[in-house]
Amino acid sequence: MLSIKNLHASIEGTPILRGINLEVKAGEVHAIMGPNGSGKSTLASVLAGREEYEVTEGEVSFKGINLLDLSPEDRAREGVFLAFQYPVEIPGVSSTNFLRTAVNQVREYRGEEALDAVKFLTLMKEKMRLVEIDQKLLSRSLNEGFSGGEKKRNEIFQMAMLAPTLSILDETDSGLDIDALRIVSNGVNQLKTKDNATIVVTHYQRLLDHIVPDFVHVLYNGQIVKSGTKELALELEEKGYDWIKDEVDSKATV
Amino acid sequence: MSKDNQILEELTSKEYEHGWSVDYEADEAPIGLSEGTIRWISAKKEEPKWLLEWRLKAFKTWQAMTEPKWANVHYPKIELQSLKYYSAPKQGNKPKNLDEVDPELLDIYKRLGINLNEQKRLQGIAVDAILDSVSVATTFKGTLSKLGIVFCSFSEAVKEHPELVKKYLGSVVPMTDNYYAALNSAVFSDGSFCYIPKGVRCPMELSTYFRINAANTGQFERTLIVAEDESYCSYLEGCTAPQRDENQLHAAVVEIYAGAHAEVKYSTVQNWFPGSKEGVGGIYNFVTKRGICAGDFSKISWTQVETGSAVTWKYPSCILKGDNSIGEFYSVAVTNNYQQADTGTKMIHIGKNTKSRIVSKGISAGKSQNSYRGQVQVMKRATNARNFSQCDSLLMGDRCGAHTFPYIDIQNSTAKVEHEATTSKIGADQLFYCNQRGISTEDAVALIVNGYAKEVLNQLPMEFAVEAQKLLALTLEGSVG
Repeated sequence: MLSIKNLHASIEGTPILRGINLEVKAGEVHAIMGPNGSGKSTLASVLAGREEYEVTEGEVSFKGINLLDLSPEDRAREGVFLAFQYPVEIPGVSSTNFLRTAVNQVREYRGEEALDAVKFLTLMKEKMRLVEIDQKLLSRSLNEGFSGGEKKRNEIFQMAMLAPTLSILDETDSGLDIDALRIVSNGVNQLKTKDNATIVVTHYQRLLDHIVPDFVHVLYNGQIVKSGTKELALELEEKGYDWIKDEVDSKATV
Repeated sequence: MSKDNQILEELTSKEYEHGWSVDYEADEAPIGLSEGTIRWISAKKEEPKWLLEWRLKAFKTWQAMTEPKWANVHYPKIELQSLKYYSAPKQGNKPKNLDEVDPELLDIYKRLGINLNEQKRLQGIAVDAILDSVSVATTFKGTLSKLGIVFCSFSEAVKEHPELVKKYLGSVVPMTDNYYAALNSAVFSDGSFCYIPKGVRCPMELSTYFRINAANTGQFERTLIVAEDESYCSYLEGCTAPQRDENQLHAAVVEIYAGAHAEVKYSTVQNWFPGSKEGVGGIYNFVTKRGICAGDFSKISWTQVETGSAVTWKYPSCILKGDNSIGEFYSVAVTNNYQQADTGTKMIHIGKNTKSRIVSKGISAGKSQNSYRGQVQVMKRATNARNFSQCDSLLMGDRCGAHTFPYIDIQNSTAKVEHEATTSKIGADQLFYCNQRGISTEDAVALIVNGYAKEVLNQLPMEFAVEAQKLLALTLEGSVG
């Protein structure tokens, strides 16, 4: 579904990603871990099409389409979803209104009819249960005055509403207490099908107890330096990142 | 150039929608301004002597005045002597009803999306359509007159209800008030007149639609709304003008009188031609709007959505004379390209327990300058006066300006006055967030701006609010930064 080949990207001339290679197939969950500054969030942003990042080399193909050719909104409409680490606030715009605009623009792109108010609300009610989100929250201005947990839950709720093919969760666990973490993870797990895929970007193994990955990749200095199964995450939890850094750095000096 | 600015450049290319004009045979005053011009206008309108004298007095007053320079706007000197002060489509005999109005003129309004045919019109809105210097049609007069409501053109009111006009004309905005008000008093041509008798709640929205068509013509209309004790009315005003390279002057006066327990809601959606992207042409909108809450427990509420004009100079105000009276001002002022707006309000607390509320939302894009200027004045006698002001500015791009000039003058120590202000920018983060959910940049801007202006838009009558939302989106299409 997603194939990243030798992806290089920089911000304001500073290279951040230095040759990422990654294959994600339908039905898989991939975890991307790594120390601070390794490029995890950059990778998420580049895939979503954030303009500040310049792709200097490499290819990204998504469902056979060259993803890098598409505008951020078209990537979203093709089915790429990014759950933001820091969801932004939009004063005066209710979550409901925001989502209705989003859902209908995506539908329009796909040649589907716009949902009327009744159908939209029915869909919303159904998806609200997934992340145990309160309707009151959705009639408030988007993310304005939401707690950290509410913001993240709202992200997963949006994901449920937009039913993406590829979901990228950028440190969705940061700022969540145990209960919120469980609710958010449950939501993600319930949305999993054999046809979609998830990339989980995280610092901590904790989240991976709830969202169990098929593959774990370690990102360091803008490259995937180690890949494995979920046991790799446990090993990292125990030993930290230093041993991997040492391994990479010693290779480099040889 | 940053990517954001590029988007801004590309998308502000949206053209003004109402920029067309129509050729029709017109009855016009000779170019220039003199006592002769005023006599010409007055004679043309077959006015009574007292009104001509009132005009001439205003002209004398005006001659002794100088143009105000304190506003934060810059424009070349207006050549008042090269303007025409009266232009009216030739209609033969004055039409008695809509069927007799020249279909060509009705067509002009149809193109603007305003159907003057009562049967086809959405029920609930009566329209006075003003083209250049005259009113061409007023709808629903019959229905309204059954309730004792007078809603007609100003010229007609002078003929049919001279006692009312004489009593209230200039009572809220005296001819000596300011340069443009004095000019208007001398040369005003037409406008709307509205009288709601005691205890009557006007069952439909009253509205005036102003259209400037002729070139080199100033539009000087005058609106007078009188709401007697315990009455209510909601009034809407819309305006457009053709796209012309030269600037056109629009200097209107609006006066509102509210008796005890009366309430008047005045809403404006101003969409005059703002000038080209390069700042050529556009309307100079120098307007004096003021209401007096004369009776106890009266209320006047101004709501304005200002998207057009090259230069705007406008401060809809409330004189809170009656005890427990309430004044409100809700404003969204948008400037794009080279537009300049200096707008705000004055709340003058005279009576006891008077309250005022000001919500001003400025939006600046392109190379425009947007100023809020507001005055809250609490007089000695105004015990327990309350004011709350909120002035927010939203900036798009890095070449526009937002300015706030609040004046507060308190002479009574029991007053409670609050002022809040914020300045924000539409962030790249907000846009990216919307894009990532599949929302196009244009729609994202519309969404964010409408969210920002929501508190004001909510004050507008339903149909107007929808129009206003669309207009905001159009004016700002892609002004992203």
